[in-house]
Amino acid sequence: MKDFTISKSQFLDFLSEFKKEFDIYGPNETSKGFYDWVAIDQIEQFEIKQGLPKSSIKTFLFPQPEILFEFSANFKDPAAYRLKEPDFKEKKIILFGVRPCDARSISLNSMPYSEDTYFQKRLEQILVFGFLCKSVCSTCFCSWVGGSPVSMDGMDIAVFDLEDAYVLRPITKKGEELLNRAGLDEATDVEKEAFNRLVKENSNKNQSNTADILKSKDLFDLYNASFWQELSDACINCGTCTFLCPTCYCFDIQDEVLKGKGRRIRYWDSCMFPLFTLHASGHNPRGDKLKRVRNRFMHKLKYFPDRFGPISCVGCGRCIRECPVSIDIREVLRQMLET
Amino acid sequence: MSTINARIEQELKSIARELLDSKEIEAFIGYKKGSMPMTMTPFVARSIEDVEKLCWNSFCVLNLANYLPQVLRSFEPPRRPNEPPPEGPLPKVGIVVTGCWSRNIVVQIQENQIERDRIVIIGISSRGMIDKKKVYKMLNGHEVTSVEEKDNQLIVKGPDLYEEINRWDVVRDNCKTCVHPDPSIYDVLIGDLKGERQIRNRFSQVEEIEIKTPEERWNWFISEISSCIRCYACRNACPLCYCPTCFVDDSRPQWVGKSKDQVDTALFHILRAYHCAGRCTDCGSCESVCPMGIKMRILTKKLQKDVLELYNFEPGLSLDTPLPLSTYKLDDPQDFILTDIKMGDKK
Repeated sequence: MKDFTISKSQFLDFLSEFKKEFDIYGPNETSKGFYDWVAIDQIEQFEIKQGLPKSSIKTFLFPQPEILFEFSANFKDPAAYRLKEPDFKEKKIILFGVRPCDARSISLNSMPYSEDTYFQKRLEQILVFGFLCKSVCSTCFCSWVGGSPVSMDGMDIAVFDLEDAYVLRPITKKGEELLNRAGLDEATDVEKEAFNRLVKENSNKNQSNTADILKSKDLFDLYNASFWQELSDACINCGTCTFLCPTCYCFDIQDEVLKGKGRRIRYWDSCMFPLFTLHASGHNPRGDKLKRVRNRFMHKLKYFPDRFGPISCVGCGRCIRECPVSIDIREVLRQMLET
Repeated sequence: MSTINARIEQELKSIARELLDSKEIEAFIGYKKGSMPMTMTPFVARSIEDVEKLCWNSFCVLNLANYLPQVLRSFEPPRRPNEPPPEGPLPKVGIVVTGCWSRNIVVQIQENQIERDRIVIIGISSRGMIDKKKVYKMLNGHEVTSVEEKDNQLIVKGPDLYEEINRWDVVRDNCKTCVHPDPSIYDVLIGDLKGERQIRNRFSQVEEIEIKTPEERWNWFISEISSCIRCYACRNACPLCYCPTCFVDDSRPQWVGKSKDQVDTALFHILRAYHCAGRCTDCGSCESVCPMGIKMRILTKKLQKDVLELYNFEPGLSLDTPLPLSTYKLDDPQDFILTDIKMGDKK
């Protein structure tokens, strides 16, 4: 596959040409003054900053809510209570400025969602322009959990910032097809070489095998470890960590009926909430805080690796940044590794 | 030379150590250092060794009264929801408080959530806590790796960054307009009481919204909550929110829709604020913990203003003054009751 090049100042115009076919989003300063996903039309000053947009990429893959089907709840309606498939938006989505951690969350989430038609349909619709990282933030820890600042996992096109130009490398067929018809200049050999060199320099030579160590640990030793008490003492059981996390994908389902029109929706739920596991009988297997806090970390760092292989965390550090009580998943990981 | 906070921290540790050592209390609720600069983690010290972790500075933004009912309950023998507590004295818990946190403890006692004789309160007159969002805003989002606190200054360092910030410039809005920095209830005091602070207009933030037209006000509100992710950190950080099942979680019946519909989000924020009327001490926890920077505190501040104007009452100043919305008096103001006005019109 060919690599392409484009000057930074032209990048936004180049993307805008696809506006008819795609809805296009990238990270930018929002009207509320923080760095988050913004539609391309609202971007006044284009700048890909170091670090991450506040919300994760799952905002696009797990819409709030996902409509599973619609129905008429009016018994006079001949089609009453017949389930109707929702209209998927025809327009595809381009996401640019996606960091390697966010991109990698797509392939991790694809494991439990491999047979989910809604997720798979969204995945088909999205084209990811991943921006590789040349530097890391104080809260970044992708290399601890199997990722890397230059991982191209989950991207359709990988972009490297070479100071005066971007080099675009197609990763998937979808990405290649788009770049081939974009009419961009092919990257020079010097640029290609610079891309390869930067990838080599920034990839982790001594990447840790955290997932394997965790898999080898005894589940009940971790489950019964003493450090959960101090962690849960501080936790206020809000949903900040789970809702900002790119790999927290749990949901709840509800029927909403309004004026005879009904829909079944799937929306974000959090294992931090007591109702997450409340049974119809009234029994709650995770009735107290400690059990809920433990479950969040055990799911990501033990149950998921045991079942699927990798750790269900991409090391983006959003939870570390925004946790109201400064619970640090790196510290939990360390404690689990030492158990 | 040690700072004011360092001296407070020293004294706090020695008092907590003594209380735990003498077995007067089973646990002490305080703060330990968080892993990021300008963050703190609430901490329950259960042993003398734990006391060493205790820490005090201007980044203790979450109201510790929030933890009191559940920590107290953890030392009671297990029992069913409606079963009365066992006879005889139950274990005590110690806690460190500033002005607003102590007022929340008063409200919790008045609302029968905790018992006065089971808590040992260490009071500190607050110098105002820092809003780290203000600091980051000042630095234009620049990465921060360490923050050193002096009495009136913050020294912020990061990659290619050295900044000295005037402490008061980054103190939280609620602390800047706080009238009662002193604890209203305590057993041991660290430092001196400061007395009431004179504030020219403590409701100026509310008045900025009040002068808007109803339409502008609504637009302000909708825009403010538009970024809400419904994580409920504001609710969970609030010492007033102790319902076993919150109205937003209830499914039988369901009061609020669960996804990110604007109507549901608006309903949550309005109802959350109203549940705090006449009880909120403006501790600012809700606003401090919000990951999206929503200024929901202005809603409760407005209700605080209304309660002050209607009932001449501020919550938590004394155990002897009942909460206005859970008591009834014949001469209570009633002009806000709409049906009354309609009936009058018919006459």
